[in-house]
Amino acid sequence: MMASQQYRLPSGGLVDRSRTIWFEFDGQNFTGHPGDTLASALLANGIRLTGRSFKYHRPRGILSAGSEEPNALVELRTGARREANTKSTMVELYDGLEASSQNRWPSLNFDVMAINSLLSPVFVAGFYYKTFMWPAAFWEKLYEPAIRRAAGLGRASDAADPDTYEKANAFCDVLVIGGGPAGLAAALSAAKSGARVILADENFALGGRAIDDNAPINDKAPAEWVAAVEAELAAMKDVRILRRTTVFGTYDGGTYGAVERVSDHLATAPSGQPRQRLWRIVAKHAVLASGATERPIVFGGNDRPGVMLAGAVRTYLNRYGVLPGQKAVVFANNDYAATTVTELDRAGVEVVALVDSRPQPSELISGIASAAETRLISGGVVTDAIGKKHVTGAVIRTRSGEEVKLDCDLIAVSGGWNPNIQLTTHLGGKPVWNDELSTFTPGVLPAGMSVAGSAGGTFGLRSALELGSAAGSTAATAAGFKAAATSVPRAKDEGVSISPLWRVPATRGKAFVDQQNDVTASDIELSEREGFRSVEHLKRYTTLGMATDQGKTANVNALAIMAELTKKSIPETGMTMARPPYTPVALGAFAGHHRGKEFKATRLPPSYAWTKEQGGNVVETGLWLRPSYFPRPSDADWLASVTREVNTVRSAVGICDVSTLGKIDVQGADAGAFLDKVYMNGMKTLAVGKARYGGMLREDGIFMDDGTVARFDENHYFVTTTTANAVKVFQHMQYCHQWLWPELDVHMISATEQWAQYAVAGPKSRDLLRKIVDPEFDISDAGFPYMKVGKITVCGGVKARLYRISFSGERAYEIGVPARYGDSMIRRLMEAGQEFGACAYGSEALGIMRIEKGHVSGPELNGTTTPRDLGLGGMVSTKKDFIGRVLGTRPGLLDPNRPSLTGFRPVDRSERLRSGAHFVARDVEVKPSTDDGHMTSVAYSPTLGHWVGLGLLKRAPERLGEILRAYDPLRGEDTLVEVISPCFVDPEGTKVRG
Amino acid sequence: MRINCPCCGERGLDEFVYHGDASVTRPDALAPDAMNDFVKYVYERTNTPGLHRELWFHAAGCHAWLVVTRGIATHAITSVELAREVARKRDLVTEENA
Repeated sequence: MMASQQYRLPSGGLVDRSRTIWFEFDGQNFTGHPGDTLASALLANGIRLTGRSFKYHRPRGILSAGSEEPNALVELRTGARREANTKSTMVELYDGLEASSQNRWPSLNFDVMAINSLLSPVFVAGFYYKTFMWPAAFWEKLYEPAIRRAAGLGRASDAADPDTYEKANAFCDVLVIGGGPAGLAAALSAAKSGARVILADENFALGGRAIDDNAPINDKAPAEWVAAVEAELAAMKDVRILRRTTVFGTYDGGTYGAVERVSDHLATAPSGQPRQRLWRIVAKHAVLASGATERPIVFGGNDRPGVMLAGAVRTYLNRYGVLPGQKAVVFANNDYAATTVTELDRAGVEVVALVDSRPQPSELISGIASAAETRLISGGVVTDAIGKKHVTGAVIRTRSGEEVKLDCDLIAVSGGWNPNIQLTTHLGGKPVWNDELSTFTPGVLPAGMSVAGSAGGTFGLRSALELGSAAGSTAATAAGFKAAATSVPRAKDEGVSISPLWRVPATRGKAFVDQQNDVTASDIELSEREGFRSVEHLKRYTTLGMATDQGKTANVNALAIMAELTKKSIPETGMTMARPPYTPVALGAFAGHHRGKEFKATRLPPSYAWTKEQGGNVVETGLWLRPSYFPRPSDADWLASVTREVNTVRSAVGICDVSTLGKIDVQGADAGAFLDKVYMNGMKTLAVGKARYGGMLREDGIFMDDGTVARFDENHYFVTTTTANAVKVFQHMQYCHQWLWPELDVHMISATEQWAQYAVAGPKSRDLLRKIVDPEFDISDAGFPYMKVGKITVCGGVKARLYRISFSGERAYEIGVPARYGDSMIRRLMEAGQEFGACAYGSEALGIMRIEKGHVSGPELNGTTTPRDLGLGGMVSTKKDFIGRVLGTRPGLLDPNRPSLTGFRPVDRSERLRSGAHFVARDVEVKPSTDDGHMTSVAYSPTLGHWVGLGLLKRAPERLGEILRAYDPLRGEDTLVEVISPCFVDPEGTKVRG
Repeated sequence: MRINCPCCGERGLDEFVYHGDASVTRPDALAPDAMNDFVKYVYERTNTPGLHRELWFHAAGCHAWLVVTRGIATHAITSVELAREVARKRDLVTEENA
């Protein structure tokens, strides 16, 4: 079916009539023009019912023409790109657009849930809490699912978002927020001064109310002036115009958040273009020219399709060339809205009445009414909009109380305008009430922000142009530029006189305050009766202002109604503060490229390419992808692989990439003295050419990290940290140096990525290394004993460092080469190891061997344990000051009841152990008070042929030999374990020494 | 929030890591009443409104520790100094008093 745009005016508007584009709404095809919004195109086709309301499923249409829209929300696009609750007033029409209405079943015209409207007494504010109180179990199972099905808006897509998003930073001297007359004037005067200017507007066209209204600028159509200014700005090299860009938040230090809808006006994003771009704009100065939002008057049936904000009526007429109706009533309390009568009349719409709530008509109002031959009802109000799915008439109560019913299909309503002050309140600035304007205006502004035009409460086109231009010059001056002379274009101010009217008393139908969340005036009365009188309580009790429109058309009316009910002034009742974002922002925009695999950076160890060639498995360790084990076809499963790797290390030799350990190079005359303060054990006494295990504490005495400290020279140390804590330890050492002991002559640098380092472990490790290390270096046990370190060369002159240290308990070395040799080194080591039956091993085998040796790692260094808890108390120096020395001796930390490290094996050696299991004595009831600690690490020990575990147990040293329960209710396991020494393999340490 | 690093210039908050109070000085660990002093040093904070001197680390920048003076209600930063220089002055005063 071809719809005919029967409500499109024959001429006028800023749409491109030379092109016709197709779109689909609820499965039906329509046409529109480029330059339309979905809302204007729907209206052009006579579609006025666009959705059903949140709670009552009432028919709803288009209330506004902007981002304040509470009603005309649609699901835009289909499949994975379906986006719920999209404001059709902000959707730029594109060819092939698909949208559907929301919250209706089976169809928009016939919605069975509309029965909710008849049940409305149970759906009033607080109905959840009152109605569904008992029995509690019914809540989750019955009430909530039923309510969720009945109430709601659009459906989000279940599929992953196929679009891309990106983030960008921008810096400017002057940021102008809003491209209406004030914003354009501000941008122009600031740019002429030479300032770097960013002009952002949420709309796809600049102009704001200048193109919505039809008031001439420089005696010409306002769009001509807008186009000229835009062209002038676009030609200046230090000006960036961001259309379709909402500045949604004000942050500290002149930082603003903005989202640019780069491709939302296209069917799909072009290749290489994101859907949206999140901007972080840092501005020396900002001019807020965000305009104002018209507020409705609350009366009966004011949510019916065909009730439209007067300003929006003018927008549809002037900007889109669309008739929002054919027979109109204009209902207002102010002069500005009366111009709607003139505009409608000019477009050929019969205006059956201008209902002005003010009893005394001014000359201006009388003049407007008589020029349009419209009946003026001064001191009257519209009490009810009648009709079903759209307005068919208005009930008007005259000043004398007489009721008149007039046929119409459009009620243009205006209760005045609220400046868009949200961005002035994000940092806590409190708005101030202005009695004359009957609205809130900005209070104390964020540093570096000024406000121009109607956002500041100065209404009128001429004022907007003048104040905007002045604000732009002032902002540029504040940013250090010399203001240039600019001429302000000629224009006239509209009338701004207003007399407040918030709601019409004694209406028949439901009178809505918050249309998106279906909150009525009687809900506010109920809230007041039940004592929820503060604005914060009102909001939470009724959900007023908590929908996706943040109550842009609701909040001030609600406040005023509450003030009236409590007989207080509006400022006494409260104020409207906003939080970012100004309008909803897709989470995808905040994530940008940081999703899926790109959520965080990935670090690859030097042997990564070789590992993948070998079919090795890798595991995420922080940002690193570390080799975990190297399966061979003959291995039955992963356990077989790691068992083989452990056995190879214990019987021959294995090679493991340990480059991910943090490495810090520490140099200087006071390097030893410095490390003495950072480590709990002494480092100044470490001999040159030796390494030592070191432990670092936090100042509260808790173990922070461990690693080895090697001393290559009098003034040169090289320390390693755990993989997980590399960054934290480096930062900590910098803190110790720069803040605690700046007098020490020491310098340090992170060298984690500069050195590729391999552990070569096992009885044949020296034999293997002999083939790698250049012959002039003595690596015999006499020349290179356990814990010796040295600078050597390998493979014919490549500089390297050799450390005879062991994590596995075997004779072992670590060999470091500059990272660029890391890939060659693993290949050479494996090649040289072939004759000794060498294998590569990963973090799994490494972990098993450290548990067999009782070495602590992440599960034991868990931020609650002390050196004493870990059996390392003997290492703690008493001869020097170091971080954690004092608080580590607090009595609580020395309590023998503190769980400390010990080993466990299952009584029945065939049983497996579980980390996380809790220890309980055999003869007591299991309860928190009988908990004696927990298992921290477990492994199947290939060396011993059964499972072993490390754990933290109360009074561990005196309990060796005791049989306990390892109780694991999560997995439903309960295993008898024997307390033994934590070192299961070679406790004398003879193997490491060779 | 933006911090004007003395080495790198004004940079966004995400480059920095917060540490804590810069008004406390690490006591002498070898003094007889060290325990008392250290408990105060590690755990006790006044949490008064107004300006707060605090330590930040320029983690994604020059690796300098900074002493930032910030109004905790407004986030307005009134000064940014290199922690090393503040610490040297502090130690000089301590030595003179000793």
